[in-house]
Amino acid sequence: MKGKTAILEGSRAVAEAVRACRPDVISVYPITPQTHILEDLARFVSSGRLKSQFVRADSEFSAASIVYGASAAGARAYTASASQGLLLMNEVIYAMASTRLPVVLTAVNRAISAPITIQPDHQDTMSLRDTGALQIHVESMQEAYDAHVQSFRIAEDPEVLLPLLICMDGWVLSHSYEPVTVFPDEAISEFAGTFHPVQKLDPANPLTYGSYADQDVLMEYRYALMLAQEKAKEKICSVTKEYKDIFGHFDGDLIDTHCTEDAEIILVAMGSMVSTIRAAVDELRAEGRKVGLIKVRTFRPFPGEEIIKACGKAPLIAVLDKSLSVNTGGILATEVKASFYGNPVQPVILPFMAGLGGKEVNRRVIKEIVDIASRSGDKQGPRKDTVWMGLDHGFFN
Amino acid sequence: MIVDREGEKEMTMQTEVKELHAPGHRACPGCGCAIAVKSILRETGPNTIVVSPTGCLETFTSPIRGSSWEVPWIHSLFENAPAIATGVLAGLNAKGNPDGTKVVVIGGDGGTYDIGMGSLSGMFERKDDILYICYDNEAYMNTGIQGSSATPLGVGTTTTPVTGNSFGKTVEKKDLVAIALAHGVPYVATASIANLADLKKKVRKGMDNPGPAFILMLTPCNVGWGYEPEETVELARKAVETGLFPIVEFEDGDLVSALKIRPVPVEEYLKPQKRYQHLFKNEKFTDVLEAIRKKAEDNIKKFDLV
Repeated sequence: MKGKTAILEGSRAVAEAVRACRPDVISVYPITPQTHILEDLARFVSSGRLKSQFVRADSEFSAASIVYGASAAGARAYTASASQGLLLMNEVIYAMASTRLPVVLTAVNRAISAPITIQPDHQDTMSLRDTGALQIHVESMQEAYDAHVQSFRIAEDPEVLLPLLICMDGWVLSHSYEPVTVFPDEAISEFAGTFHPVQKLDPANPLTYGSYADQDVLMEYRYALMLAQEKAKEKICSVTKEYKDIFGHFDGDLIDTHCTEDAEIILVAMGSMVSTIRAAVDELRAEGRKVGLIKVRTFRPFPGEEIIKACGKAPLIAVLDKSLSVNTGGILATEVKASFYGNPVQPVILPFMAGLGGKEVNRRVIKEIVDIASRSGDKQGPRKDTVWMGLDHGFFN
Repeated sequence: MIVDREGEKEMTMQTEVKELHAPGHRACPGCGCAIAVKSILRETGPNTIVVSPTGCLETFTSPIRGSSWEVPWIHSLFENAPAIATGVLAGLNAKGNPDGTKVVVIGGDGGTYDIGMGSLSGMFERKDDILYICYDNEAYMNTGIQGSSATPLGVGTTTTPVTGNSFGKTVEKKDLVAIALAHGVPYVATASIANLADLKKKVRKGMDNPGPAFILMLTPCNVGWGYEPEETVELARKAVETGLFPIVEFEDGDLVSALKIRPVPVEEYLKPQKRYQHLFKNEKFTDVLEAIRKKAEDNIKKFDLV
């Protein structure tokens, strides 16, 4: 299908997609750099272009709770947040996942205090890693648009029924402008369908939500989340494929790969950094260096098998992290390493801290990472500790 | 009419009412909250979605596979019941709410006065059409009798302990009625489980009133207050008759009714309760007793209760 290409702010691209998906309820609480999305949606609602219940909240905690209640009442529900706001939502999102409420939430990634900063990294959504919510990380404004169009169908699938976080780096993706192809609202609405809840709060069939349970079922609830995330893998693959067939765009399903087939060094990353790595890989390839890229698109469900398959026989994997589990290292790297446990092919997996707190990661930094990785692999032996790119050692004097 | 097992005497059978808060729940014997909720649901009827925060009510009514709710009921967390209610209402309204289903929150003092206050303030400010009913047992009973901002002056709890010179809670309880009124909540009332007809009348008004409504009920807790289970309703009555818990009603900020009382001394309410015993055993706490007496007198004056 032919769309209309315009220079759009990333937030606007998201708002365009969300509008066309016609959520019944949107809750709103401001936090930088998420605010533009909800401001755009506010204008759509007040001008009559979008017929949603638009509810101001008194905090992110309430914003998440409002969409929780709306989803339980059978409504398609959407909200957005960032950083501290996502941390404040943490408790709600745990309950939302276990209660199997398919809310879609845009997580505009931003670092966590202290010190307070509005720069992007992935620490905020990583803190939601174990909630049971799905996480799709996008690399461009176009992918942000595409992923939002796909989001409701994935989350609301009767075999999935999980909250879904579309994660996009603050500023780089939320406030920058680039050409985005937008499709007609009618086509998007048809693709997104409507929410048919398997159960809801309904006086005709009174159900109890949020029961008290002792040791008899909690583990079963959590296990059910494991099964649902496996189902989500299939659903994400089928929805992204269908989207490609209709609209001609494909940003990857669980992962996306670039020049991995014969690669000797593969870089693994998430978010906007992936676009930078793509450009750097192309330049390195032009120099004859066998470098490849794996974009981890779905951090949850985690595509361990897909990453292993895409790595093939590559001897060196460099994982670039924008989040830290203090005392163990980059969170993506830790998960990649865990995935390779027991695999017949055991590449050297090198963790890099790159972009924490918004620290610059440009093509030069990527090439430096490739250089460090190449050296580590042969002469110095495998280097297991995290390499902190751009760390100012003078700070500690 | 049916004949009992021995066939000796005839008994009259009441018309069977389907209780929307079904019997067999796990409340303690003598639970004031359980008495209130049964009456509240008789008034709301089945076309109601009830939201509750974490607390005694959630615990004793909702065991998995053993729910006593015959209306749709949702509990999420401790601090978000008003926001959940707002979301449920928005979800209903998004579909036009053709059956006119009502949303009612029933929450304890911990979830209302303390941890849910921000969320409640948001619900009030948005003027959402929700009836919020607080069952106030004046402490965190579900977790083992810890003090809340609803705990009155001089009350001993596990976190406002009575020991040595300490006489329990050192400050007055929060005035939640005033807080609701300050938000411009169009219907604000207090009610007692000692007068269920009045409670039900107020529930009806709160349901019918467009916009938010707030009802505060004092629901004695024999475990947390330290008295015999059969005294629950009597203590609720005494709280009213002393002037310590005035039964009042506001519409659009105006006091439209206040239950007249023939005041009884506060001791009649305080003495049967273990949580106040220390005030009568130690002379150095007479100031506290005096402050409680003054509180009752102030209420009587403020609302013209006599």
